[in-house]
Amino acid sequence: MPDLGLSPEEWTAIRLSLRIAGLATLASLPLAILVAHWLARSRFRGKVLVDGLVHLPLVLPPVVTGYVLLVLFGRRGPVGAWLEQTFGLVLSFRWTGAALACAVMGFPLMVRAIRLGIEAIDPRLEQAAGTLGASPAWVFATVTLPLALPGIIAGAVLCFAKALGEFGATITFVSNIPGETQTIPAAIYAYTQMPGGDAGAFRLSIVAVIIALGALVASEILARRSGTRAQPE
Amino acid sequence: MIRFDCQLDRRDFRFRVAFEAESGITALFGPSGSGKTTAIRLLAGLERASEGRITLDERVLLDTRQRVFIPPHRRRIGLVFQDAQLLPHLDTRANLTYGRSFTPRDERRIDFDPVVEMLGIGHLLDRRPETLSGGERQRVAIGRALLASPHLLLMDEPLASLDAARKLEILPFIERLRDEFGVPVVYVSHAVEEVARLAARVIRLENGSVTAAGSPAEVLAPVALASLAERFDAVSVLSAPVRRHLPEYGVTVLDHPAGEIVVPGQIPAGQGEVRVAIRATGVTLAVGRPAQVSVRTILSGRITAIDRNDSPFAMATLILPGGQSLKAYATRLAFDALGLDVGDEVQALIKAATIDERSLALLPPA
Repeated sequence: MPDLGLSPEEWTAIRLSLRIAGLATLASLPLAILVAHWLARSRFRGKVLVDGLVHLPLVLPPVVTGYVLLVLFGRRGPVGAWLEQTFGLVLSFRWTGAALACAVMGFPLMVRAIRLGIEAIDPRLEQAAGTLGASPAWVFATVTLPLALPGIIAGAVLCFAKALGEFGATITFVSNIPGETQTIPAAIYAYTQMPGGDAGAFRLSIVAVIIALGALVASEILARRSGTRAQPE
Repeated sequence: MIRFDCQLDRRDFRFRVAFEAESGITALFGPSGSGKTTAIRLLAGLERASEGRITLDERVLLDTRQRVFIPPHRRRIGLVFQDAQLLPHLDTRANLTYGRSFTPRDERRIDFDPVVEMLGIGHLLDRRPETLSGGERQRVAIGRALLASPHLLLMDEPLASLDAARKLEILPFIERLRDEFGVPVVYVSHAVEEVARLAARVIRLENGSVTAAGSPAEVLAPVALASLAERFDAVSVLSAPVRRHLPEYGVTVLDHPAGEIVVPGQIPAGQGEVRVAIRATGVTLAVGRPAQVSVRTILSGRITAIDRNDSPFAMATLILPGGQSLKAYATRLAFDALGLDVGDEVQALIKAATIDERSLALLPPA
């Protein structure tokens, strides 16, 4: 692969960033769709509370989110200890832990976009499908999901972009280990703490801009393609 | 046979409705806010009654006492919305067949081809809903509901969002689905002409309760002087066999015992009678037979009641030879100037132009 003027360490950070953001997005997507559907379509007591909980990472200082993750998912934390005993899964100071931090931070953005997509669907379309004999699960799969696709794509891209840029929660939870948890923003941060690191920080910043722009363009194209099919009457 | 008896309380709305409906078309008729749509949504299972019981033939769909609630997708009740609600991401064919896959194989009584042919939508099968006109969408929506072989079809103001010409285009399809596919229909409307034409039985709803139930002639005839704004909804329903056609003039002449009735359109001369809704505001009263007027329909009758208050208008009820009754609106000024009173023999003039073609129904022979 041509190095494009980037060092092997920088390539590692880029690959790691993409892998972490990809995993964070894909793993949280099903849950985000379920939560968004639940918030958009059900009426229940305490909905405001659930809504607030989902949005919390958006307004909390990222360091706090990272610290909470460390307390819960650290090797001695209640969830972390259980995961290690049951599945042998360790998250703290691993790239999977970085993905968890990114997923938590991107979750509110993803839920928000998908929820807007679902709320834009006339509930009578779903009711019409129901009176035609489709069970709620079928209605969800054949009416709600396809019509909410533009919102789902937008949510996924937002989450992916957020995950690429996530810094505070990640560095608090999994630190800044080159090759394991050092993503692009963490690598840029490391460069800026180093004498003569300006050129490296600049190169990686350019890369971050290119990736973010690429994701936005891809989502626009995808949304437009699904939008022509899912355009309401 | 549908038995419906439900109660529902919302903040500013009390719903207490009970009715029965047989095969054919039963109309729920009343002003907006009267509870028609709530009744339909309760029947479909899209709304929950606080108390009540709904049965369709022998099947219990809802019984709050026994805690029975069959969800919408297991009721086998089709619903046609006012604005079609076709699935926008599917083409016409996929919309039509959507409900079919959920219908058990041995219960698919209604086949694809006859429905498509009846509704005249064969050329639309590969089109997407957004490219269809309002009338086409509504036809596809009717076909989609039919193809799920429903035990009952609900239609919630299916013509309300269409213009007058499109309404006339859809009405025959609704009659054909009643006659050819034998699906009982509950039809919600506030348009008196549609109800007069389609329904065998009318349930009148007002403020969440039933105020009258019976044949269109019984229920649609106003019992009392309507408010000024509602006077255009006051109709009498007359029925008479076809006497002759005047194709060169595009009218049909009906043979009523009280006189000939001229109606617009070429109505086929069947064995049965033609039912026509006559607006009370379209009837002129005359003492003695007027000469040299443009109105061709002049019926003789006797005034049995005059309903008046301080409104500018009063309503006369006429009994016609043959026993049918006719309502006529006129100003109180006119009643007094002519000195009209109960018991007087009068002539009722009906302008054919005030008769809505939508209201003309061909009744099956008795």
